[in-house]
Amino acid sequence: MSRIAFRDVTKRFGDVVAVRDFNLEIEDQEFLVLLGPSGCGKSTALRLVAGLEEPTSGEIMFGDVAVTDVEAKNRDIAMVFQSYALYPHMTVRRNIEFPLRTRKIPRAERVRLVAEAARWLGLEELLERRPSELSGGQRQRVALGRAIVRRPQAFLMDEPLSNLDAKLRVKTRAELVELHRQLSRTFVYVTHDQVEAMTMADRIAIMNEGALQQIGPPQQVYERPANTFVAQFIGSPPMNVVRATVAHGGDGLVANVPGGTIPLPPAAAAAAAAMNLDGLLVGVRPEHLLLDGGPVKATVRLVESLGHERHVICDLSPEEFAIVRLPADVPPPAKGETVGLTATAEHVHLFDPNTTLRID
Amino acid sequence: MDDMSATEVTIALPKPAGRWRARPRLKEAAFALVLLGPSMALFSTFAFYPLVKTFYLGFFRSDPFGLSSNYVGFDQYLDVLQSNEFHRSLITTGLFALFTVPTGLVLGLGLALLAHQKLRGMVVYRTIFSSTVATSVAVASVMWLTLLNPSLGVINYGLEESGFEAVNWLGDPDWALPAVSLTTIWLNLGFTFIVILAGLQTIPEELHESAKIDGAGAVSRLFNVTLPMLSPTLLFAVVVLTINAFQSFGQIDILTQGGPLDRTNVLVYSIYTEGFRNFNEGVAAAQGVALFLIVLVLTLIQFRFLERRVFYGN
Amino acid sequence: MATSARPVRKRPLRIRRVLGEAAQYAALTIAAAIILTPIYITVVYSLQPVEEIFSYPPNLLVTDPQWDTYKRAFETGSLGRYLINSFIVATAITIGQVITSVLAAYAFAFLRFPFRNLLFVVFLASLMVPWEVTIIPNYQTISTFGWLDSYQGLIVPFLATAFGTFLLRQAFLTVPRDLRDAAAMDGYGHIGFMLQVVVPLSRAAVGALAVFSFLLAWNQYLWPLLITNDDDYRTVQIGLKALVSSNIDEFNLVMAGTVIAAAPILALLILFQKQLIRGLTSGAIKG
Ligand SMILES: Nc1ncnc2c1ncn2[C@@H]1O[C@H](COP(=O)(O)OP(=O)(O)O)[C@@H](O)[C@H]1O
Ligand SMILES: [Mg+2]
Repeated sequence: MSRIAFRDVTKRFGDVVAVRDFNLEIEDQEFLVLLGPSGCGKSTALRLVAGLEEPTSGEIMFGDVAVTDVEAKNRDIAMVFQSYALYPHMTVRRNIEFPLRTRKIPRAERVRLVAEAARWLGLEELLERRPSELSGGQRQRVALGRAIVRRPQAFLMDEPLSNLDAKLRVKTRAELVELHRQLSRTFVYVTHDQVEAMTMADRIAIMNEGALQQIGPPQQVYERPANTFVAQFIGSPPMNVVRATVAHGGDGLVANVPGGTIPLPPAAAAAAAAMNLDGLLVGVRPEHLLLDGGPVKATVRLVESLGHERHVICDLSPEEFAIVRLPADVPPPAKGETVGLTATAEHVHLFDPNTTLRID
Repeated sequence: MDDMSATEVTIALPKPAGRWRARPRLKEAAFALVLLGPSMALFSTFAFYPLVKTFYLGFFRSDPFGLSSNYVGFDQYLDVLQSNEFHRSLITTGLFALFTVPTGLVLGLGLALLAHQKLRGMVVYRTIFSSTVATSVAVASVMWLTLLNPSLGVINYGLEESGFEAVNWLGDPDWALPAVSLTTIWLNLGFTFIVILAGLQTIPEELHESAKIDGAGAVSRLFNVTLPMLSPTLLFAVVVLTINAFQSFGQIDILTQGGPLDRTNVLVYSIYTEGFRNFNEGVAAAQGVALFLIVLVLTLIQFRFLERRVFYGN
Repeated sequence: MATSARPVRKRPLRIRRVLGEAAQYAALTIAAAIILTPIYITVVYSLQPVEEIFSYPPNLLVTDPQWDTYKRAFETGSLGRYLINSFIVATAITIGQVITSVLAAYAFAFLRFPFRNLLFVVFLASLMVPWEVTIIPNYQTISTFGWLDSYQGLIVPFLATAFGTFLLRQAFLTVPRDLRDAAAMDGYGHIGFMLQVVVPLSRAAVGALAVFSFLLAWNQYLWPLLITNDDDYRTVQIGLKALVSSNIDEFNLVMAGTVIAAAPILALLILFQKQLIRGLTSGAIKG
């Protein structure tokens, strides 16, 4: 299959706009992750590609062909559902074979394909069982088996790991990446879990309230978030974003934030200054804030220990606070202590307070 | 950036979006029509059309030989409504319901309570108690025709042995309706039992256990837990049994043919004789309309309970 | 002290339990005996010679079973023919009702179309038209079709059932929507999904409907009485009535006929008790 694309796609359910003016191109054989908070329209977007929903307006394109009116079964696409959607009355073998049975594939060939898919996924021993006799992880594999058995052009996956326990999820993540590599097919993968997105995706498309926020490789959306939503959705704990004003400091433009000033990346600061904005949003990730007695004064409100690291929550002013991420081997400050924070210019992000868009 | 050129080409293709969009919906609706078609056709032909026709036939009076009929408007409806025969038939049907429904309900409840215990061999008892549900009205009626026969009746023998007088069950105007009712109660017992037992089984065990812990005895538990929880089922059973009573025909036809002295001439039997023996279609139709209205009211009551039940279910 | 007190306290409780169970078994057995009495007497009479049936005091034991009576019942009463007719009619009605109900219930459960709720109410409304009300116009219709004394006349009017549609719709609604989407992705249209997923998953409800439909069809009385005069099409219920009318004093023969008419359906009850109970109670327990 060539590229899958959304062209100005909008999908409404009554008054709810589940997907809004969506334009997105998914490259051939790409592993694209649709990431966003629950209810933002990810599943709907995926179902639009599958042909399980029709767009209210706009077109779904496969290559240069609009498939908007092509039925799901004719799109040569497979889907793995969050619930797995296994047929409870069929054995594992029948479940995996089911998509082959409508396709006039000779019996011997079907048996071979099922056996191959089962081997691939380590399901050989389970073929005669029913879904109710399987563990969650095994069910998930059967759902995968049903998807891969007919070698579709693209795989759609709707939160396929969300019903697995944490350990199994990590393992399966790696297996899915490997599967993608071996199959050389397009994967469109929906999740609300940024770790899954960051670890698996070639590119991440971030959605909020039905609208596409940003699309890019994981490192790019982390390093250059397109707006404050992406900035705060990607990364844990989320990026600190505070209001600031631009001023001339010692070596160029600086931002006055509550508690002190921080240096700004010169190009972005110049661009911001040229925009003549009334104030500015300044963002720094918790891992990029240093507790080194720097120029921004703050009071420690709380120190949270996660074992491998600590989160120090500091009040900059009665309204604003910042989170600092500390490695576990750095002794934390005491609660109530006044500390000085530093941010280096290269790690400071600027956003337009009116549009929340990134300023470069 | 070279993606953009491809995009523009495709967008430039003419695309009758509106019409194409409508098609899947239309296809689904057409398919639904195909699926519903057989049932709709049958209901129209054998339920709705004949219902309207029944109302319509009520406006025509047949001549005594059933050869021709004249339009008489509501006259015939009024005649039927005011006729003694119709009143008697209504009273007979009402009495029949009165004889069969409460007794049947109490017996069914008793059997269900007995069978709602964890005892070994209960399956056998339950099967026996349900057995009359599989008995047809004809089979039951012929059985009881024999049981109630005065010249060989076991029942009369039992009565005489216990010091009562023998009764000519089906021949005595005062005993015919009770005799038919007895048959009907027996016939319906399996159904009543099954429905009430199923109702009992939906009452959560914890309610009984907590009542036990609160010190309630068996009788108190029956009246304070079981019966209140069972009331929707009991109401359902009452309505179904009553509707059944109003629609009864077979046992009358086999046991008494409406006699003696019309004492068992219930509404449906009267419709049957007027329509198919006396060729009084108009009169039969008018009585049919009355039956329809009675059953309609009962069914609406039943739907109200069902609706509540569905509501609770979710 | 404590150890010796225990068995003393335990015994009365256990005795009371045993006594209670004995009382329950006694009550159950008496009730069962009363309910079975008519059936028992029917079987006894069917095996006794007529003179013994008329003996006074009645003799309720079979000393010399007259199996021959059953043969005569089959011959004089054409019961074999009637049984076959009943079987044909009930089977056809059952199959027809299952098919029409599956189709209609599928539409109501899985398809979106205009006036869906209104049409569902129309289906339910058909439940409010008792067959007894419409016998005259229905008789006329069947007569116009030339279907008096025919299998069509006995079968076709009963091929659709609102109750069955309602029952199956409730079952179909419990099939997860994801399965519909999965089947669509796997290449199945509505018909494939209906036959390969929905119906197999709802087999309990379909079974309940089938047993229930068969029972009602087998036991029908008024309609076959009205439209059949010909032995070739009479059902066993009407045949039984005919047997009674023409052999009123041959009680053994009549009772043998009764047993023959009742046996198939009693066997059905014993084999399919679970399905039948589900069918009967689905109206009461779940809407
Ligand atoms: N079939 C539907 N009918 C009505 N509203 C729907 C339907 N499917 C989704 N929605 C609504 O669309 C929005 C997006 O839903 P969804 O795509 O499932 O979000 P996500 O998968 O990101 O959690 C939600 O507000 C949801 O309530
Ligand atoms: Mg979702």
